[in-house]
Amino acid sequence: MLEHLELFFRSIFVDNMVFAVFLGMCSYLAVSKKVSTAVGLGAAVIFVLGVTVPLNWLLDKYLLQDGALAWLGPEYAEYDLSFLSFILFIATIATMVQLVEIVVEKFSPSLYNSLGIFLPLIAVNCAILGGSLFMQTREIPNIGLALNYGISSGIGWFLAILAIAAIREKIRYSNVPAPLRGLGITFIITGLMGIGFQSFGGMLTGDNEPPEETQNTTAKAQEEKEIEKEIDDKEKAISYNEAINK
Amino acid sequence: MALLSKKDANLIKDPLADNNPITIQVLGICSALAITAELKASVVMAISVLFVLGVGNVVISLIRNIIPAKIRIIVQLVVVASLVIIVDQVLKAFAYELSKTLSVFVGLIITNCIIMGRFEAFALGNGPWKSFLDGIGNALGYGVILVIVGFFRELLGSGTLFGMKVLGDPVSKTGLYSIGYENNGFMIIPPAALIVVGIIIWVQRSKNRALIEEA
Repeated sequence: MLEHLELFFRSIFVDNMVFAVFLGMCSYLAVSKKVSTAVGLGAAVIFVLGVTVPLNWLLDKYLLQDGALAWLGPEYAEYDLSFLSFILFIATIATMVQLVEIVVEKFSPSLYNSLGIFLPLIAVNCAILGGSLFMQTREIPNIGLALNYGISSGIGWFLAILAIAAIREKIRYSNVPAPLRGLGITFIITGLMGIGFQSFGGMLTGDNEPPEETQNTTAKAQEEKEIEKEIDDKEKAISYNEAINK
Repeated sequence: MALLSKKDANLIKDPLADNNPITIQVLGICSALAITAELKASVVMAISVLFVLGVGNVVISLIRNIIPAKIRIIVQLVVVASLVIIVDQVLKAFAYELSKTLSVFVGLIITNCIIMGRFEAFALGNGPWKSFLDGIGNALGYGVILVIVGFFRELLGSGTLFGMKVLGDPVSKTGLYSIGYENNGFMIIPPAALIVVGIIIWVQRSKNRALIEEA
């Protein structure tokens, strides 16, 4: 439960899709002129992230990871298909977006009218693919957390586009230097908001546990893991060379 | 320029300044901002995009007449994804450290809006040679901004360029540091990239007033 809460707040505030890693900036800048459209796109992003991240988690776990095919039988246990993850993830996302569009159109025309025009845009929104790729590199352990990660990073993106749309509606009444109007000032405001969001960074370290120590131990554990991996790789390379020589 | 007609040359020249993909077309911002804390990463990213966009534009242009319009987005995504996998594997093989720094952003070239944008806007309606030039031009325009941002962020943030200490050593106080210069840690954090790009847009639009947006 606690880890769910932590991941939830971390993905919304600390690792915010827009302010910390700049994902989905293109649609963030293009669709943030009015609050109402921003809300529509934001909702669609939450929805699609919530569907695709757990789905891609399953793909990663049972198809792509090193040794993921073990469930097919021991002779498949050595395959590592992770180099295929880009193409598989993007295919899942494009298909899901299309599927969601068809289903929503059929069953809820009113929702379709509010989300509809944004759905095709979403297939190429980097926040969606980024969500899946970060899920993979951060090694999220189970599908519940993956679902949580998808939805909460969607909420983080939603908050960001809502905030910038509100600011842009207001800024129309201010006297911005002409060359900065529109795009320029939006960039700078986003930068300032990003600096603001940096202050959430200390939010999750907590009082009860000494944060530095845990960090050190995890860092050490990670180092050890990496060293082990390196040794492993070297051994593999040596055996590979030997096999070739033979 | 006997090789290129004037029209063809413009395909390369325009995106470098007056029709720049980042500052004017607002495409491909995501990756442009996240990896520019170091100059080296920016250059590698620019080259990767150059490769993907140049080759991808030609491929799409060659098959433009046989793609059914309804599934063209998926076809485009598959083409880009295959090219990006090549880039990713090459980086992992020859520049492992760098591919760690770029992390997911290599994969995100797939959804880089420049690529899809150019496919849709140009490659689907023009021949392979023109599409190739258009791809190269846009990728260069993207690369120029990336390198400028990377240059300032690395120089002001860490006092280095390509990892070399060009301003002296901050620890032993040589060079500029001996007269009290300090690195600006602000430049290292992600939001600084946004502000640098904002300033580039400001400078560009003050020089070329035709680009100013209506309020």
